[in-house]
Amino acid sequence: MSKKSPESAETKSDACAVKPSTHASAPVNAALSNAQRIELYRKMVRIRRFEERCLPVYNSGKIGGFLHLYIGQEAVAVGACSLMGKDDHVITAYRDHGHAIAVGMDTKPLMAELYGKITGCSKGKGGSMHYFAPDLNYWGGHGIVGGQIPLGTGLAYAVKYQGKKGAAMAFMGDGAVNQGAVHEAYNLAALWDLPVLFVIENNGYSMGTSQERSSAGELGKRAEAYDMKFYICGGHDVYEVRATLDAALTRAREQSKPAVVEIDTYRYRGHSVADPDKTYRDRAEIEDYRKTKDPIQVFQNQLVLEKVLTPALIEEIDAEARAESERAVEFAEASPFPTAADIQKDVYWETDQPKRTSEGRIFFNQP
Amino acid sequence: MPVLTYREAIRAALSEEIERDPNVVIMGEEVAQFNGAYKVTEGMLEKYGPKRIVDTPISEAGFIGMGIGASMLGIRPVMELMFWSFYSVAFDQIVNNAANVRYMSGGQIACPIVIRGPANGGTNVGATHSHTVENILAHHPGLKVVVPSNAADAKALMKTAIRDNDPVMFLENTILYGEKGEVPEGDITLPFGRAAIARTGKDLTIVTYGRCVLHSLAAAETLRASKGFDIEIIDLRTIRPLDVDTILRSVAKTHRLLIVEEQRPYCSIGSHIAAIVQEEAFDELDAPILRVGTIDAPSIYSPPVEKQQIPNVDRVIAGILRLL
Repeated sequence: MSKKSPESAETKSDACAVKPSTHASAPVNAALSNAQRIELYRKMVRIRRFEERCLPVYNSGKIGGFLHLYIGQEAVAVGACSLMGKDDHVITAYRDHGHAIAVGMDTKPLMAELYGKITGCSKGKGGSMHYFAPDLNYWGGHGIVGGQIPLGTGLAYAVKYQGKKGAAMAFMGDGAVNQGAVHEAYNLAALWDLPVLFVIENNGYSMGTSQERSSAGELGKRAEAYDMKFYICGGHDVYEVRATLDAALTRAREQSKPAVVEIDTYRYRGHSVADPDKTYRDRAEIEDYRKTKDPIQVFQNQLVLEKVLTPALIEEIDAEARAESERAVEFAEASPFPTAADIQKDVYWETDQPKRTSEGRIFFNQP
Repeated sequence: MPVLTYREAIRAALSEEIERDPNVVIMGEEVAQFNGAYKVTEGMLEKYGPKRIVDTPISEAGFIGMGIGASMLGIRPVMELMFWSFYSVAFDQIVNNAANVRYMSGGQIACPIVIRGPANGGTNVGATHSHTVENILAHHPGLKVVVPSNAADAKALMKTAIRDNDPVMFLENTILYGEKGEVPEGDITLPFGRAAIARTGKDLTIVTYGRCVLHSLAAAETLRASKGFDIEIIDLRTIRPLDVDTILRSVAKTHRLLIVEEQRPYCSIGSHIAAIVQEEAFDELDAPILRVGTIDAPSIYSPPVEKQQIPNVDRVIAGILRLL
């Protein structure tokens, strides 16, 4: 899809839709128990509160490097990852906190990782852009735009090679579609019928460059050149994300067919926290999304309509998510940093074993 | 003992490992139907079928990255680069993904991939196809770098590489593919990081690897005959890990070190070894450490001149004569 500037805020409703989701009746959504619906909502709120809590920590200087926040896009990761079976795998780029929480990672090691602590999910060696949880089929967390897409294709290759009925979801932003590695992966996946979904989270901006200034044509449609099916859907309603991806995932698992799924979403914060976010988009545009399409508000309204959520429960979930993020900060604060001796651990599988398999010098140290 | 070419020895290792481990897959451009651009994988498609021997499109970033991803889930892909020179289009996948994924995940992920192919000059294919990339690869912690000089080592080291749980960069040589050597039968592996003493001697140490071992042996024989020099030659076999102890022991015996490599001098493997030796064996040296390598320019096409650009027996002799 092509991103157009929204109509001015005044001409639109200033509230998220309170009409029922047209995707609630999709079988994958109709089958959800109330508890499962609440869990989808809770995960989105937990991602939002976790990331909001990261901001003051970052601003206080306790988080180094970059911090790419996912705020506004929560329905995508939560919707997608809620569909994962035991042989399904996920990989994404550097805006990876949402997927990490969506697959079930604990927020304490996530926050500790941002602090660079040894208790972090990557022992303080990866940072914000490099979260991993292979035990949850979550393969990162990758820093180079588009570089993770061949890896995701390889996950799908392995699933197929091993005769399992699973699929890989390889997430990328709209900027990644112009990287060569992405197109090479498209070709391989289509050529070899690999069960991989290339999920484009189209938030309209590759860093500070709008889609219309960076990408020719329609993003999802590029799949056609590879004879690949593509889906386009909204990313503000978690039910819609689930309905679309369920169809694509089922096809991938059952028929071992790849697809491109382009999901329309929006980020409220800058590309990273270091982005002043003043040069390339209008504040009114952000406000319009917040007011009319916020994925948490949209789903909250839906679940209230369904009488699944009550004001008291909404408040309880929010308070618990805030408390959870506080506990994550406390955990991170109280945790130790890695030591200099940890720098050369986790480099080679071999040198992490009690006994090396090779001889000779593998690290070269200076005084 | 059977005599095999270097090419056949690698093929034997690949075949034996395919038979041993169902997770081993051979992939690359022209490895299957075409029987390999350099025939290393000749006959393997017919024998092992298209699930195990896989032709890829010309798409190095895509298929190398795919292999890295598959290896994270326990596949053991052996990816052929038709020339190591083509690694540049897959460089991000190799140095950011293969080398770093274990580290950035805090040790949660292993990446048991082998990337193999020839990395050498001397075949008149011009600058784009003649890169010797061992220094660039070895610069990245997380990667292992293997540079066999003969058929027996190539087979044993390839078997070790495939069984290794770290990413192994295996650098062959198109000119060595036809070189014959005795290769012991059976399931023989060689640990990485154990150099071979290709020739024992007392007057000077040559540290070398790959095809330059052959030049060094020829130069040593020539100078033994003409001048009675007794030269020790160390074949590194692997660049990372590096058998520093064997180098230092030899230097302690001969007190003179010549490094012969098919690298350009700036930031070469030889630079690294020279730094280590002067740091750790300064008092053993009776002469400056010298290097003989590739003349510092892109690889020239002109066939007779390229022979002079890369190390050859005459240039190795000239190097030795500056030290003895």
